[in-house]
Amino acid sequence: MERTSEPPRLHVGARLRELIAHREVLVNLVRKELKVKYTASVLGAVWSLLNPVMFLAVFSLVVFVLDNNVPDFPVFLLSGLLAWNFLSNALQAGSRSVIDNANLVKKMAFPREILPLSAVGVALFDFVLQSVVLLVFIAVYPGHGFQLPELALYPVAIVTMLVFATALTFWAASLNVRYRDVGHLLNLALLVWFWATPIVYQGWLVQEKLQTVRFLGLDLWTLYLLNPVAVIVLGFQRALYSIVVPAPGEEPILPPMSLGTLAGLLFAVLAVSVLLLFLAWRSFFHRSGDFAEEL
Amino acid sequence: MTTAIAIDGISKMFRLYRERPTSLKQRLLVSRSRSEEFWALRDVSFDIAEGSSMGLVGHNGSGKTTLLKCIAGILRPTAGTIRYRGRLAALLELGAGFHPDLTGRENVYLNASFLGLSRRQTDRIYDDVVAFAELDDFMDNQVKFYSSGMLVRLGFAVAVHVDPEVLLIDEVLAVGDESFQRRCLDRIRRFQSEGRTIVLVTHALDVVRQVCDEAVMLDHGRVQAIGAPDDVVRTLRHRMLSDDPTFVPEEGSREVEISGVVLESDGGLRDTVHPGEGMTITVDLRADVAVPDAAVSFAVVSASSNLHVLEGKTSRLGVSLGHIDGKKRVRFRIPPAPWASGTYFVSVGLDSPDGRLFHVQTQHYPLTVPDVDDVPHALAVEPTVEVEDL
Repeated sequence: MERTSEPPRLHVGARLRELIAHREVLVNLVRKELKVKYTASVLGAVWSLLNPVMFLAVFSLVVFVLDNNVPDFPVFLLSGLLAWNFLSNALQAGSRSVIDNANLVKKMAFPREILPLSAVGVALFDFVLQSVVLLVFIAVYPGHGFQLPELALYPVAIVTMLVFATALTFWAASLNVRYRDVGHLLNLALLVWFWATPIVYQGWLVQEKLQTVRFLGLDLWTLYLLNPVAVIVLGFQRALYSIVVPAPGEEPILPPMSLGTLAGLLFAVLAVSVLLLFLAWRSFFHRSGDFAEEL
Repeated sequence: MTTAIAIDGISKMFRLYRERPTSLKQRLLVSRSRSEEFWALRDVSFDIAEGSSMGLVGHNGSGKTTLLKCIAGILRPTAGTIRYRGRLAALLELGAGFHPDLTGRENVYLNASFLGLSRRQTDRIYDDVVAFAELDDFMDNQVKFYSSGMLVRLGFAVAVHVDPEVLLIDEVLAVGDESFQRRCLDRIRRFQSEGRTIVLVTHALDVVRQVCDEAVMLDHGRVQAIGAPDDVVRTLRHRMLSDDPTFVPEEGSREVEISGVVLESDGGLRDTVHPGEGMTITVDLRADVAVPDAAVSFAVVSASSNLHVLEGKTSRLGVSLGHIDGKKRVRFRIPPAPWASGTYFVSVGLDSPDGRLFHVQTQHYPLTVPDVDDVPHALAVEPTVEVEDL
C-alpha cells in the first residue's frame, strides 16, 4: 500500500513530507489570495506600500508635535513597523483562514495546515515587497546606510518573526473554528500589543523608566522583554536602523545592549517560538480532523 | 486480486453539544460544556478490490457519507486506518474548490492541485479539460460570471482528467439535468472498463445494482451487509420494512419450498425489464413430502411508493399445480407493459388450497426498470440486404 489515512497524532516528519507533497496547493492558495486582494483594485500591490507610508506620515506628524527628536525617524519607525505589520496581517488573515475557506474544507482533502500557512505566505509577500522598498530607502537615505555587524541580526530577526507568527496563526485559526470571538479578542490584543512594543517610541525610553522599578524580584524592563515581539522588533531596529547613541554624550535611542546580548535574546525567542510552533501545530492538527464537520 | 483501499477498524466519533459553546464567554461561564459522544462509524472494516465498483448504501444517518469523507481524507477517523493504492479523486460536489474571483484557467490549476497534480501535470491536461468542458472562449473570464451549467461542466472536466486510479462519488452527483447524469454514468462506465476503482454513495438502489459489483450496507455506523448488490439491496429493503412489526421476510411450514426464482426480460436481461417489454418470472419448487396441491403467487412492489403494481396467483389464473412430489417449475409470463422506471421488489408465495402457508419470501427479489431514453449505443443487429431488378 502506498499511503495510509492520517493518524490521530501528529508525526512531524511524515506530516512535513505530506505538506511538501501539497506545496502546489499552498502556492495556488497564496496566488489566489493575492489575486483576490489586488485584482479588482486599480492600484494593486501599491496598496501594500501605502499602508506603511500613511503610518509614517501620521507618526512623523505626532513626533514633530511632541518634539521627540529621533534622528532618521522614518528609518527607525519603518524598520520595526514592517515586522509588526507582518505579524498582525498574518494573525488577522490566519485566524479567518479556515472559516473563510469552509467550502474547501468541507469538500476537498488536503492538509489543513495549508490554510493558515497561506495566510502567512500572503503576509510574507507584502513584507518582502515592503522590505525591498525599505532597504532601497535606507541605502539612499542621506547620512544613513547599513552597519555591517548589525546587519547580521536581520536574517535571525526574520526567521524568529516567521516562526513566532506561524505558531500564533495556527492557534488562532483552529480556535476560531470553535470560538468565533477569537477574531474580536485578537483585534483588541493586537492593539494593546502594538503599544506594548517599542515601534513608535524608542526602546531606551522604556528601559530608562522601567529598569529601576522592581516587581516580583525582577525589574520591569526584564519583564517588558518577555514580550517576544519587543525582542524581534528591537532586533530589526538594531539591524536596519543601528543608531544606539546618536553622538557621544547624547541620550541613547535603542537600548544600549551589546550585539551579543541582543543576538542571545533573539535566539532565546527563536527557541521558544520553535517550541510554540510545535505545540500549536500539534493542537491544530488534532482539531483539524473535525474541521469539515464543525464548520 | 490486489486491494485498492483497505479499511481497517474505522470508527468516527463526533461530539454533539447540547448547547454548543461558540463563544469564549459561554465556554468560560458554563463550567463544563455538556457534550455527548456520537459514534457515526463503529469498527468498520472491509477491502475494496482494485478495479471493482463498490456501492455504499444505507438510510439517512447510517454513516455512509461520513465513511466516504473518511476515505476521501476530508474527515480524520477517530480510530483505525485506511490504506490506499493509487491516486484518489473525490467528487463530492461539482465546482467545490473553485473560487469565484479567479478565472476559469486559474481555477483549473487550483482545483487540479487539490486533486494532487503539479503545475506541469496540469499543463499537460489543460487543453483536454477545456475541450471537454467546451469552454474555450471563457477560460479567461472570472468564474463568478459562469452559469451553473458551465461550472458543473468545468468541475467534472477537471475531475475526470486528473487520471485518478480511485474515484469517490457522492450521490449529490446524481442531481443535475438528465443529459448530464447520463454523461456521468457514461464516464463511470468508461472508468470501470479502464480497470479503475469506484466507490459510490447513493440512495438510488437501481444505480447500485446497475453500476456496482459489490455493495456495503451501513446502519447506525456499522456494516450490516456486504456482498453482491442484489443481496445488499434486499437487506436494505428488509431493514426498512422491518419498521412494520408485522413484517416477516420469510415464513411458512416448508413442506414445499421455493428453491429458486429467476426474473428475466424478453430481451434476455436478468432482474431488469425495460418499459414496453415483456418478462417472465420463473419459480422452482421442491417438495420434501408429497402434497396434493399448492398455489404459487407473486407480487411486484414499487420500492418508492410501496404500491403493488402487479399480482398473480396460479389458482386465480385458472391453473392447478396438482400433486407435487419432487420438483416443479412455474412460469408467469407478463406481457409487454408500460413499466415506470425505478426499483421494484418481487414477493413470491406458496400456499395450500385451504390457505396454509408453505413458503413465503416477502420482497425478496429486486427488479430494475431503467430510464427509457438510453444513451445512443451500437445496435447489435446484422442488417440484411435485397437487390431488385427494376
